[in-house]
Amino acid sequence: MTDLGAMYIGAGLAAIGVGLAALGVGNVFGSFLEGALRNPGAADGQQGRLFIGFAASELLGLIAFVVAILILFVVKK
Amino acid sequence: MAGDINPMEQFQVEPVFGHHIVLGGYDVSFTNSALFMVVVFVLLALFMAGGLKRQLIPGRWQVAAESAVGFIDDMMRVNIGPEGKKFAPYIFSVFMFILFANLVGVMPIAIVPHLHTFAVTSHITVTAVLAFLSFGIVLAVGFWRHGLHFFSLFVPHGAPGWLMPVIIPVEFVSFMVRPFSLGLRLFVAMTAGHILLEVFGSFVVQGLNAGGPLGWLVSLLSFVMIVGVSALELLVCAIQAYVFALLTSLYLNDAVHLH
Repeated sequence: MTDLGAMYIGAGLAAIGVGLAALGVGNVFGSFLEGALRNPGAADGQQGRLFIGFAASELLGLIAFVVAILILFVVKK
Repeated sequence: MAGDINPMEQFQVEPVFGHHIVLGGYDVSFTNSALFMVVVFVLLALFMAGGLKRQLIPGRWQVAAESAVGFIDDMMRVNIGPEGKKFAPYIFSVFMFILFANLVGVMPIAIVPHLHTFAVTSHITVTAVLAFLSFGIVLAVGFWRHGLHFFSLFVPHGAPGWLMPVIIPVEFVSFMVRPFSLGLRLFVAMTAGHILLEVFGSFVVQGLNAGGPLGWLVSLLSFVMIVGVSALELLVCAIQAYVFALLTSLYLNDAVHLH
């Protein structure tokens, strides 16, 4: 396997992490919606925490994307 | 064919007037990034100027400006408490700048030839400066208020003494990662969105070039995806601006009230 081929495979593997982060973000919003459907009055007050949870889980997915970009564009061929 | 369309080309920063202006070894030319920062500033100034009419029964523009200010004031009050009011101008400036910069970057005015917008926040240089500005304000507020007692931020209440050698480095690292995560989150969200839009745009162009009914079908479906992704991008623009402001206010709360 050439070096370039290994780099492309590595970038593809790093992108799997983005899909895993999608599970995490869906989890955050799904739990929020489930709780909001049970107690709609309390939902608006907790919206801030919803976005904090979204930001934290999205960040890890974006870090996986950054690893893929680093491999593709920053590592010397 | 695919080699002609490079998704990363849209992020190229180049001088607006054609040639670089070099001053003392530094390139100080007026770039497209600077141009769009000026555009964002002018739009923001117009928006706020229109909202400052101070009518007793406000018109729609005044209501829009007042609700934006009230939104940030509210967020400060909920996250920091009554002392949060003095940070509201900075948080409001950062929030509105990032919001307008994100939105200007997504505007599809490239229908008019040669008139494509540039997303200012799609560069780590811009978002890192904003993030370090926020982090610097957090550190300044923390040390001004509490002096060296600020370091007790890394020692949570009620943690047993034998755990300290583990907890303090972990807390310290997670504190120092904050500015990087703030800047990185905004930068990657914007860059990923724009790359996605450009990839679908390249599908439209290549489908039309290929011709035939299959090519036209691919172009049409890709165009529909562009519309959908643009709607999602509008939401992501607003959410990323809000998340930046929200996290800055939470870090300020940590600095103002140590736990």
